[in-house]
Amino acid sequence: MAKKRIISFTVNGEAVEVLAEPRESLLEVLRDHLRMTGSKEGCNNGNCGACTVILDGRVVNACIVLGVECEGSEVTTIEGIASAETGLHTIQTKYLEHAALQCGVCTPGFIVATKALLDANPNPTEHEVRERLAGNLCRCTGYDKIVRAVLDTAETMRGEAG
Amino acid sequence: MREIDYISAQSVSEAAALLDNHGDRARVIAGGTDIIVQVREGRRDIDVLVDVKEIAELTAIEYSATDGLTLGAAAPCYQIYGDAEVAAAYPGLMDAARIIGSAQIQGRASVGGNLCNASPAADAICPLIVLSATCNVQGPNGSRAIAAEDFCTAPGQTALEQGELLVSMQLPAPTANSGAFYLRFIPRNEMDIAEVGAGAHVQLDSSGQTIESARVALAAVAPTPLYVPAAGDHLAGKTISDELIQEAAEIAQAAARPISDMRGTAEHRKHLTAVLTRRALNGAIARARGDN
Repeated sequence: MAKKRIISFTVNGEAVEVLAEPRESLLEVLRDHLRMTGSKEGCNNGNCGACTVILDGRVVNACIVLGVECEGSEVTTIEGIASAETGLHTIQTKYLEHAALQCGVCTPGFIVATKALLDANPNPTEHEVRERLAGNLCRCTGYDKIVRAVLDTAETMRGEAG
Repeated sequence: MREIDYISAQSVSEAAALLDNHGDRARVIAGGTDIIVQVREGRRDIDVLVDVKEIAELTAIEYSATDGLTLGAAAPCYQIYGDAEVAAAYPGLMDAARIIGSAQIQGRASVGGNLCNASPAADAICPLIVLSATCNVQGPNGSRAIAAEDFCTAPGQTALEQGELLVSMQLPAPTANSGAFYLRFIPRNEMDIAEVGAGAHVQLDSSGQTIESARVALAAVAPTPLYVPAAGDHLAGKTISDELIQEAAEIAQAAARPISDMRGTAEHRKHLTAVLTRRALNGAIARARGDN
């Protein structure tokens, strides 16, 4: 067996250390070692986006990043989106308001991808939302409500910022 | 996923030595968006992944208006199109970097990785070919340069020999009155693999009416990305007209030898080849004239 490695990185602002095999994906490290099961395994080959996390400021599919590649990195997962002090993030409130989820498996990935999208572009067009979320698949066919929730979130957050 | 070992090489020579020692049991990992899936699904039988993302030459993006672009093989797509100067100088390459996979994929995947994965449908390889890129390769016996059109030898196979790795791609500086363009046809709206892709580069004279030279390359119509010199040769020295562009498109169409698969039939691919070549040439001409 390939030698296990200690991987030190930061998850949602907290320093963590895990002992993992080189073959284990960041998703497996999060779910199986750190018991953070919010990030979902859908396709496990980089197509569906259910495992979307923010790695050093960029959205990535955690299923096609190896844990060992994350040494020294900063990772934000769905567990880091809401805050203990202020509760649900506006993105999450808006997804609920617009009923932008059905079975919910794709939702953590969508919310993390939405966070990254709005951090980079607080005033996206509908086309930009659809393009930047094209890597997140919803098999309950809820895209329209998701896009409306994202656009409403953007408008609300711009109002809060102004 | 099968057991593998992982080594993060700290220099080009260390990476080359590791690849040489392990032979075909080792493979480079850059963004990992292809290789991790291939190893997991048993499509690449290897023991060792050699990470090259900590090697400065592999991640550097260096551009100057005189020397052109040295694009580190492992530089991720988002960094390439996120560099305003590089994006403005090579819009034909950005056409591809912006459509490879999703935002999640572009956060990891590199143009060099796209080249080394050697998919016939790779989006970034046609732009590299038409932009006359050369691939800087280093191995145990030193370095050499391979023209982009000679890099892929078969589906998933490259001209790299044992112990060699792709360090960077060298793109000449854009000249006045030149332009490049890449586009593809996909069954979905976003995030799919090309049914057909076409790239074109044109060098016009100062009047913008005559083509001095041109290059055309096609994706997903042959076992490798396909350079079609006959299309460029036909255009060289001629005055631009719809008929001329159509003739070049038909030459490209004749060179295409596609197969039928889940994304389209050979017949549809043949049709698309002419349409996309025409659009790529017109797009390249518009850019050369500064129209967009």
